[in-house]
Amino acid sequence: MTTQSTIPSPRSPYVRRKTTRGNFELYSWVFMRGSGVVLLVLIFGHLWTNLMVGDGVHAIDFGFVGGKWASPFWQIWDLLMLWLAMIHGTNGVRTIVNDYAQRDTTRMVLKGLLYLAFTVVVVLGTLVIFTFEPCPPDAPANLLPSFCPTI
Amino acid sequence: MPTPAGTLYRGREGMWSWVAHRVTGVLIFFFLLVHVLDTALVRVSPEAYNAVIGTYQTPIMGLGEAGLVAAIVFHAFNGIRIVLVDFWAKGPRYHKVMLWVVVGLFVVTMAGFLPRHLMNVFGGGH
Repeated sequence: MTTQSTIPSPRSPYVRRKTTRGNFELYSWVFMRGSGVVLLVLIFGHLWTNLMVGDGVHAIDFGFVGGKWASPFWQIWDLLMLWLAMIHGTNGVRTIVNDYAQRDTTRMVLKGLLYLAFTVVVVLGTLVIFTFEPCPPDAPANLLPSFCPTI
Repeated sequence: MPTPAGTLYRGREGMWSWVAHRVTGVLIFFFLLVHVLDTALVRVSPEAYNAVIGTYQTPIMGLGEAGLVAAIVFHAFNGIRIVLVDFWAKGPRYHKVMLWVVVGLFVVTMAGFLPRHLMNVFGGGH
């Protein structure tokens, strides 16, 4: 006599549509809080040196930027700020797109544009910080940082 | 047929700080995209960079910068409040009080920033 040990399910069980990849959303949530605290320090420092000290926004020109990036301290500061702010901002806008764009295609297009903008801005910004030439040879000397050799 | 009254969700401090955090966050993000592009002009020529950064020093853009800094200051302080709500055991209980602390710190910070910035934008000497 044969006995059936398990009774087959009368219909296929409900399968939840998988909408997340593992713990990605958890890491994203943690990152927003961690990077946010670091960005507060980096951006308040950035605003202080660029808007509060001396003549503020009026003092900003090519020579000012050249003077700052002559120091690895400000290069690293700005690089960290660029990367953290872009990831933090992109992830924030990603969350908002997911919340409000209901159609699948709308969501895909908006997030595609977002990731394209992220890539362009991060790559461009990183290259600018590290390939910046503070004393271009063919530029008028009065526009350059004071440490550039005259003539 | 009369519309039912009192069904609109008005989440008070919790909801409105969440709305303000989203709005300021999006504003800051779009400025960040533009700001990296304008700074990238240092790679083109000193003249190109100075021409574009010169437009940041006009009165209208100066007011825009004041608005941008206001958005950043709110987003920063409210972000700390969110971290405290999430990680501090008593955070959720004090989230409303903490929002008014955020507003107070915002007012103090802007009171320190605005006179200095507006003097740089509208003041003499340039």
